[in-house]
Amino acid sequence: MTLDMTNMVLLMALLAAGVWTVMTSDLLRSAIGLAVTSVILTLLLFQLGGPMAAVFELSVCAGLITVVFISTISLTKPKTVEVRQAYKLRRLTRFAFLPLILILVGYYVSTSHVRLDQKVLPLPASVDVRYALWALRRLDLVGQILIILAGIFGVVVLFKTKNDGEEEKK
Amino acid sequence: MNGDMGAFFSLSILFIVLLAMTALYCILMSRNLIRILIGLELLTKGVTLLIAVAGYVTGRMAVAQTFVITIIVVEVVVIAVAAGIVIGVHRHNHDLDATRLDNLRG
Repeated sequence: MTLDMTNMVLLMALLAAGVWTVMTSDLLRSAIGLAVTSVILTLLLFQLGGPMAAVFELSVCAGLITVVFISTISLTKPKTVEVRQAYKLRRLTRFAFLPLILILVGYYVSTSHVRLDQKVLPLPASVDVRYALWALRRLDLVGQILIILAGIFGVVVLFKTKNDGEEEKK
Repeated sequence: MNGDMGAFFSLSILFIVLLAMTALYCILMSRNLIRILIGLELLTKGVTLLIAVAGYVTGRMAVAQTFVITIIVVEVVVIAVAAGIVIGVHRHNHDLDATRLDNLRG
């Protein structure tokens, strides 16, 4: 399964979707491109034998984050058509070099003969994902909970208006 | 690591580097705050794939999956808070140009 055609096509599609996400001038299309990139990454994770991570990637990254991006874009849209046109032209000049840079870097990495087949470290043998998540990496879950709480407080503080504080005082 | 696995690992690394380059270019060259966030997201996709490929190649996909899940949680929180900041900046400046964020200068 390791180097079959499906994996190669998925890797190429992932890069193509990523480049399209960056190059396209419309922000909404860019957000959709990011969602497509997430879907392709989901397929790759399934291929590599990580169904749980793939489901998380599909539901959270391709779903939730896309909704967050589209909401933010719709709340902060430029008002006039002229502003959008000028923005498109400026972007085109700045991002014209990206394909060239990618070709050069790709050529350098593929011809540099970096040794990647290092020896595998003697870690414990492969375990079930549930055991790994709930037993081996239990502290990560505590960290995740703390990060989620920090995010909630951050969003609450960001969207708190001055009137809320005054009403609380009254 | 056998030859077929090594070839897959090398090919994956090549595409991950190119994806990371694309994301870094987006972050460095964009002035729109939302597009900078999109670049950050793309960079995270590269890291996610790198961890998954490393887990697959070493035969420790279970541990790699837990790392991927942790990354996704961190990613969501970062994007949610950053989107809030972007909306706040737009309300204050009526613009999303990162070069005009000089209110705290001096």
